[in-house]
Amino acid sequence: MTNRKGSQQSRDSDKYSVLLPTYNERENLPLIVWLLVKYFGESGHNYEVIVIDDGSPDGTLEVAKQLQEIYGEDKILLRPRAKKLGLGTAYIHGIKHATGNYVFIMDADLSHHPKFIPEFIEKQREGGYDLVSGTRYRGDGGVYGWDLRRKLISRGANFITQVLLRPGASDLTGSFRLYKKEVLESLVERCVSKGYVFQMEMIVRARQLNYSIGEVPISFVDRVYGESKLGGNEIVSFLKGLLTLFATT
Amino acid sequence: MFSWLIDEWFPGPEVTAVLLTMTKLLEWVFGVLLLGVAWALMTFDLLDLKIPGTYREVAWPMPVYLLVVFGCYSLATVGYRVATFNDCEEASIELQAQIMEAKEDLRRKGLKM
Ligand SMILES: Nc1nc2c(ncn2[C@@H]2O[C@H](COP(=O)(O)OP(=O)(O)OP(=O)(O)O)[C@@H](O)[C@H]2O)c(=O)[nH]1
Ligand SMILES: [Mg+2]
Repeated sequence: MTNRKGSQQSRDSDKYSVLLPTYNERENLPLIVWLLVKYFGESGHNYEVIVIDDGSPDGTLEVAKQLQEIYGEDKILLRPRAKKLGLGTAYIHGIKHATGNYVFIMDADLSHHPKFIPEFIEKQREGGYDLVSGTRYRGDGGVYGWDLRRKLISRGANFITQVLLRPGASDLTGSFRLYKKEVLESLVERCVSKGYVFQMEMIVRARQLNYSIGEVPISFVDRVYGESKLGGNEIVSFLKGLLTLFATT
Repeated sequence: MFSWLIDEWFPGPEVTAVLLTMTKLLEWVFGVLLLGVAWALMTFDLLDLKIPGTYREVAWPMPVYLLVVFGCYSLATVGYRVATFNDCEEASIELQAQIMEAKEDLRRKGLKM
């Protein structure tokens, strides 16, 4: 269904670079890559996947090399780093090697499903947006595997953020987004936060710089494989980040 | 005749620039100050406008009313959004099926997990 439609509207000049930062994603990486190949194949868009592995002790890089052999070096690019240096710098590192004029940023843990990629692209073209952000909070968007407590924290934190920052986007901490490459470069340059406050800062600065933002509802499914890094001090670091942005943007 | 007043009050480019680059924190301080001044003018009739007592009685507890209304609005909004937060069960089921399919296909392509 998406197949024919996608191929028709595909423009040869557009290329999409997908940045996949990984840390201990041995089980998830083959699956996410398989899904990316599937959906990009069906839609006919030109793409490349850039895997940025930070020296995962579980051997993620070995798996990535096998995937490169299966799918080709023009489709799967490996840009590993020796040790865990954090997500923010992983993106900076990845962008340097991206050859597309558009860049997708998504998690490698299957929380972000590649089936939404054609919708992101369609949305971007429809409005000529500088960035398109996936949202769990609008339309058909949602989550799977969250209990009431987590929903409450998520909605509460989002409400406070909306009131204080009025960012013009409904999902600030989600990190499934499509950027024009030069827009991503200019944003990454300006952002100083760490962790997932980084995602929030990116969209707040985007609004500050008058970039246009489109949104696509996405379903967010909690990771099946691997360790979750969701800790108790996440709320503290979120509040710190929020207040910093409140005072500085 | 009133041009001095307009010159004085109409925001020049500098003021406009300041308003545009104000941080969210400053915007809030600015807004709260404006409301606070308006409230004090009404409640204590600082400009000696002979504001009738009934108006002043209404104005006096206004900050508390506003806080309560905002609090209720917040609770109602967050409550409603938590209650209507979509559970994407089908998405999870679809993903599980695709994981099976992917594993099968990858094994055939020679991936050693
Ligand atoms: N290269 C690199 N990737 C990272 C690093 N930290 C996390 N990642 C990857 O970034 C993505 C998001 O991280 P997650 O651990 O899923 O963070 P989260 O989504 O907030 O939390 P959970 O899904 O609950 O674990 C995943 O693909 C991780 O493998 C890092 O330091 N370096
Ligand atoms: Mg995750």
